Amino acid sequence: MKHRKWYKQLAFLTTWIVFIVFMTGCTNPIVLDPKGPIGDQQRDLIWFTIAICIAVLIPVLGLTAFIIWRYRDKADNKAPYHPDWEHSTKLETIWWGIPILIIIVLGTVTVKYTYDLVPAKPIASEKKAITIQATALDWKWLFTYPDQGIATVNYLQIPEDVPIRFELTADAPMNSFWIPQLGGQLYAMSGMSSTLYLQADEIGEYLSSGANFSGEHFGKMTFNTKATSQADFDAWVNKVKLDSPVLTIDGYKKLSQKSVEDPLLYSAFPNKLYEKIVTKYSAHYNHELSYKEPNSKPSHDHKMNKEDHENMDQQLEDMPAHHGHH
Amino acid sequence: MLESIKKFASEFFVTGDPLIYGAMVSIGFTMIALVATLTYFKKWGWLWREWITTVDHKRIGIMYVIAALLMLFRGGVDALLMRTQLALPNMEFLTPEHYNQIFTTHGVIMILFMAMPLMFGLFNLVVPLQIGARDVAFPFLNSLSFWLFLMGAMLFNLSFVIGGSPDAGWLAYPPLSEKVFSPSVGQDFYNWGIQISGIGSLMTGINFIVTILKMRAPGMKLMKMPMFVWSVLASSVTIIFAFPILTVTLALLMLDRTFGAHFFTLDGGGNPMMYINLIWMWGHPEVYIVILPAFGIFSEIVSTFSKKKLFGYKSMVFALMTISITSFFTWAHHFFTMGTDANVIAFFAVTTMIIAIPTGVKVFNWLFTMFRGRITFQTPMLWTLGFIPCFVVGGLTGVMLSVAPADFQFHNSYFLIAHFHQVLIGGVAFGFFAGLYYWWPKVFGFTLNEKLGKWAFWTWNIGFYVCFMPQYFLGLDGMTRRTSTFGWDKGWYELNLTSTIGGFMMGLGFIFQVWQIAHSVRFMQKDTTGDPWNGRTLEWSIPSPAPEYNFAVIPQADEQDAWWEEKKRRAEGIVTVTEQPIEPIHMPGKSGIPFIKSVCWFVTGFGFIWGWYWMAIPGLIGIAACMLIHSFTYDNEYYIPAETVKHTEATLRGTM
Repeated sequence: MKHRKWYKQLAFLTTWIVFIVFMTGCTNPIVLDPKGPIGDQQRDLIWFTIAICIAVLIPVLGLTAFIIWRYRDKADNKAPYHPDWEHSTKLETIWWGIPILIIIVLGTVTVKYTYDLVPAKPIASEKKAITIQATALDWKWLFTYPDQGIATVNYLQIPEDVPIRFELTADAPMNSFWIPQLGGQLYAMSGMSSTLYLQADEIGEYLSSGANFSGEHFGKMTFNTKATSQADFDAWVNKVKLDSPVLTIDGYKKLSQKSVEDPLLYSAFPNKLYEKIVTKYSAHYNHELSYKEPNSKPSHDHKMNKEDHENMDQQLEDMPAHHGHH
Repeated sequence: MLESIKKFASEFFVTGDPLIYGAMVSIGFTMIALVATLTYFKKWGWLWREWITTVDHKRIGIMYVIAALLMLFRGGVDALLMRTQLALPNMEFLTPEHYNQIFTTHGVIMILFMAMPLMFGLFNLVVPLQIGARDVAFPFLNSLSFWLFLMGAMLFNLSFVIGGSPDAGWLAYPPLSEKVFSPSVGQDFYNWGIQISGIGSLMTGINFIVTILKMRAPGMKLMKMPMFVWSVLASSVTIIFAFPILTVTLALLMLDRTFGAHFFTLDGGGNPMMYINLIWMWGHPEVYIVILPAFGIFSEIVSTFSKKKLFGYKSMVFALMTISITSFFTWAHHFFTMGTDANVIAFFAVTTMIIAIPTGVKVFNWLFTMFRGRITFQTPMLWTLGFIPCFVVGGLTGVMLSVAPADFQFHNSYFLIAHFHQVLIGGVAFGFFAGLYYWWPKVFGFTLNEKLGKWAFWTWNIGFYVCFMPQYFLGLDGMTRRTSTFGWDKGWYELNLTSTIGGFMMGLGFIFQVWQIAHSVRFMQKDTTGDPWNGRTLEWSIPSPAPEYNFAVIPQADEQDAWWEEKKRRAEGIVTVTEQPIEPIHMPGKSGIPFIKSVCWFVTGFGFIWGWYWMAIPGLIGIAACMLIHSFTYDNEYYIPAETVKHTEATLRGTM
């Protein structure tokens, strides 16, 4: 009598799980519905791990249910009872062995994919990659397009079928740049620049976010990434160049203050802005964004500062096109 | 003058939120009620003599458990506030700032002020009894550990109404947790609260290693110890290697914030990434610190309620120790997405996966302990059985997370949230509940109502799945953790609502547990046997509740399940143990110093938090004075006369 009740509740639990699975079955989660080559490979890998997990889960749960049912303490239970049976080398070898084999398989696949999917590894394509620099600010994303000369805030437009070389940094607490349908995320950290290659294979709008907690309104750092045809992309760039205001150094300093912003467009941005953000804290650089502002050091005369600026600009010119990350 | 007082008050007290005003009023009333009750019934002396100054491991264990359950309530209310905020899109129940404070405190409280003390409570209640000892190795230190934990926890909780809660996440990554981005005192409360209680945790780890290694009953070889004792040993070893890292890390962060150092700030040459590495070098072993004892508890319970010897004892010991060591080589999997070298990522991915092997082995050993046994379904066993599927699923999603290139899609998403709640609730919380249910009669001398216990079990369990299964899908649908609100356009609404319903079901489960305890206290069913579950280990050989000296005569323990074997022999009429004469028992004396010293730590911490050196320095002097006084206390022990022991034994065993 007692046990029947137990099973009834188990049935109830199962119903709930089935209900939830069905409910989510109606919409395909976006990570499992990728629209780019990186996301595709990650989806394949996820399905592979899900398959392995289910292959482990079903026999284990089945065995659990069977053992609980078969060896329950009932007066007329005819199953054998061996209270001192406590060891079997054969059985223990099996369940040390099988997990080891599974982990060898999974580990091999993981290591291979780890090298294949290094975020900074260029995507093979006939088309030349375009670079977009993303800076995490409090609490908005600034995107600068060095090749196009434009900048945006909380809005990203990219051409389809073209590899995008994202360079990521932060001028605020660390964040993480994530466009789930194109591929996995990467941290954006101040004082360094990391590289993430992504590509959109289809025209569309993709949910994008800052995935790492960075303070009060970090939740407002979501935006849409719009993938369009190359022609539409070029037309959009030209329109931004004609219609939008210029982002100045002072404008950037204002922008980098704590605030929540709607999407903004800029027809131009200060030369080497991204590089200046990355090197802001490096003690031997001294430029407009340096942490140690020239005017905070009254002992420096104006001429010195000017020289420093020129040195700095020269150094930035000499810098290789992309920074390695440490 | 008036203006400056007003300004101070507005910084000192948290103002402007009706929820917090409500909490202030209720805290005030509770305090008044508590003081009034103690005064009316003239219980102050009793409280001081019997509890505050006690060094008895059983009483310290009880105080740990009570504190942990209160913290479970606080952390649980935090969780429900968060789930309410996320129940529907565009909710305006909590502001983002308040939401950030709540998830920060929820994380800290549940791990450090709920799971840890509940674990230490069980260590204290059970380990000396299982190894046939009369107390822990260092009873004074044990009391100090408890009071340091409690004062740290109180300090942390105080931030809720005084000064403002920390809001930089439960691991407080810089630069967000630095002065520039978190100027309020909340983060200082975090540093000092965790630091003070963390010192207590480290001392508990040392105490139990020595207790287990030096104080076992004669005959109890290491490989004859109960599995729970092994798990405590594994966990304590992990504690003594992990907690010093936490102490140093928080001390460096404190130096940054209080004295303007630059360990973790880029300006001045520090490196925030160093903090993240250090905190996870503690943080990852920490999750194994809390889960290993749960593994021990399940081993005890599975064996008892299947009436069968634990299967694969040596495998179990080996698995525990392997997990305890490998837990130190996986920390970087918490930030695969920092863009480091592929070699580093591959190394940490594989080391993380390796932990799944010994963990999986343990599950099979539990299953085969039940195999060819006779299983009964009392509440401790129900929690154990509920744990198995939950932990298997949670473990497998953990393996999924360890696949580094896939983790780039799971990281910081609700998939991760679902995973770690599944292993921490399904493993740690269920495990500690199982342990509490199992040892309750031994500790308190009465059994808990089984019917209400089953209601609690089912509401907790079903609530768990309803709450966390949808979160896996939310993560795969791009919902990031710590988001305080979302729009209708995201399509996350049904799953979030389901999850919230599940959260409240778990809350209902907690209410059932409180009801169960209250009901069982009221209609007390005394455990007269001392062995209500037909147990196997030594703690069941003495009366319930255990007398202050535990064992009238130190037992001989030559077998793995010493008490079970003894019962078997007795049933067959074989008498192997010759009646030992009862002798006077040497006991450690009470001391008020641990409490006073911890209060001094509290004062010191509070002083530093507000930059009030007039308060911090006397606090430090008080700490030094307590150390000095204690080091000159030579005569703090006493003997229980043999006559008293004989009398107590006869009363407890009902042979008077």
